[in-house]
Amino acid sequence: MKPRPMYWSVRRELWENRSVWIAPLAVAGLAVLAFLVTTPTLPGSVRDLSGSDMVNAHLAIHGPYGAAAMLGFATAFVVGVFYCLDALQGERRDRSILFWKSLPVSDRTTVLSKASIPLVVLPLLVFVVTAATHLVMVLVGTAVLLATGTSVGPMWAQVEPFQSVLAVLYAVIAIALWHAPIYGWLLLVSGWARRTALLWAVLPFVAIAGVERILFGTTRFPSFLKDLLLGWVTRAFVFQDDAMGNMLGMLTPWRLLSTPSLWIGLAFTAACLVVAIRLRRQREPI
Amino acid sequence: MAVIEARGLRKTFGRTVALDGVDLRVEEGRILGLIGPNGAGKTTALNAILGLTPYRGELKVLGLDPWTERDRLMLDASFIADVAVLPRWMRVSQALDYVAGVHPRFDRARAEGFLEKTTIQRASKVRELSKGMVAQLHLALVMAIDAKLLVLDEPTLGLDILFRKQFFDSLLNDYLDRSRTVVVATHQVEEIQDVLTDLMFIDQGRIVLACSMDEFESRYLEVMVNPDQVAAARALGPIHERSVFGRTVLLFDGADHDRLAALGEVRRPGVAEVFLAVMGGFR
Repeated sequence: MKPRPMYWSVRRELWENRSVWIAPLAVAGLAVLAFLVTTPTLPGSVRDLSGSDMVNAHLAIHGPYGAAAMLGFATAFVVGVFYCLDALQGERRDRSILFWKSLPVSDRTTVLSKASIPLVVLPLLVFVVTAATHLVMVLVGTAVLLATGTSVGPMWAQVEPFQSVLAVLYAVIAIALWHAPIYGWLLLVSGWARRTALLWAVLPFVAIAGVERILFGTTRFPSFLKDLLLGWVTRAFVFQDDAMGNMLGMLTPWRLLSTPSLWIGLAFTAACLVVAIRLRRQREPI
Repeated sequence: MAVIEARGLRKTFGRTVALDGVDLRVEEGRILGLIGPNGAGKTTALNAILGLTPYRGELKVLGLDPWTERDRLMLDASFIADVAVLPRWMRVSQALDYVAGVHPRFDRARAEGFLEKTTIQRASKVRELSKGMVAQLHLALVMAIDAKLLVLDEPTLGLDILFRKQFFDSLLNDYLDRSRTVVVATHQVEEIQDVLTDLMFIDQGRIVLACSMDEFESRYLEVMVNPDQVAAARALGPIHERSVFGRTVLLFDGADHDRLAALGEVRRPGVAEVFLAVMGGFR
């Protein structure tokens, strides 16, 4: 068998961190349950689409899909953050690093495999899970409409199942690229800190924000942090009223890719990973 | 070719000198016991050899620089650093899958064969195994790797005597051949004495004694001296003296067997006795 260190390193991360795939599945299950609770009102909303309360009807039909997707994105973020904080510290704390290092898997492969969890694995997982959730919701919705004798066409036109799959795929990629510097930083801190990685990861930013407020009375740094967390929303998407019913028209990949802070963030990510690789080479078990 | 060759190996942690200019040469096929008290520098020396820590001085392991060429070195060297470093969440089957997936010289069937002889279940997690079973599992994984150099750092610490004996027995019977080189660091001397071909005492970062076991056996003799000949025996310059049941036992380095036989009952001392004598002198 030809050795495949990268493949097996990623698999071993999934063995160890089962929350990476359990959490998105659990949250998706929750979203489907919540959707089931709203289904009795679905036929009414579909009928309202041709009535006076069109906007609210649109939101009522469309809302659960967007909410399911956002829930998935948020889950991926939270899981990714906690995964990264422990990724390079846990193996030193339980001394298992001495086992991993006894095998021909380089520090680079190890760090990159760990970085791939929040940057590749979680986004893809959330994409698949969200797409599946949407599919279940469309099928359940269709069944409910058929059972109540309401026409199915208007709902399908609203939900646009195929376009929404593309939009979700685009969103997970955009978010992963935008949040990459956060994950890179957390991995670096995880490889450096002997304990309380969360504290070391967050405290410098709190301190900078505090100092800025005291010295200059401004809040530029907090707005920078907010942009770091949520800036992808306005860069990757456009929300206009006329975009309603044209989901692909909401995606603005060129604007996202021409945002300088995206590229600065990616360069910062690369630098963090280089440092994390060096740290893994030098740091000893805690 | 020497498997390990070190000249002037030095390593300091702040003001503490862990390795103070160690010279070392281990030929292919030797089984070297690195013996020293806690904090003597054994682990530091092994970490340097395995490329786990940077160092000063010259060091070549299997012809490679362990710090800069670590990734290549790990194809031919394997090690057990400390007991119970296997990740506790891992299942036995996952450990087999993983090592088989990343190591080109891992023979899975061989590892499974070793595990057959134990009571370890494939579906168990490491956290569910006893300390002795974890050591057995780790040994099974390592023995199934066709490595040129195996380094063991206190591999049996904290295990009961049955597991310790079994550990070294399987190593001896199922793993060792003339082309494999092994370095074992421990301070539990008795159990590995019969396995070793070479011996090295290390204390405070320095090598205090280095010899082959053949040499060791011809050099050191212990005499339980007849009560009336104690003074005469002491005149021959023993390196250590102790008393057993009221009788004086003297340890000699390089003394003539027949001359000692005239003074009392001569026997070959174990590594532990010589260790105590040599180390005691340096404290």
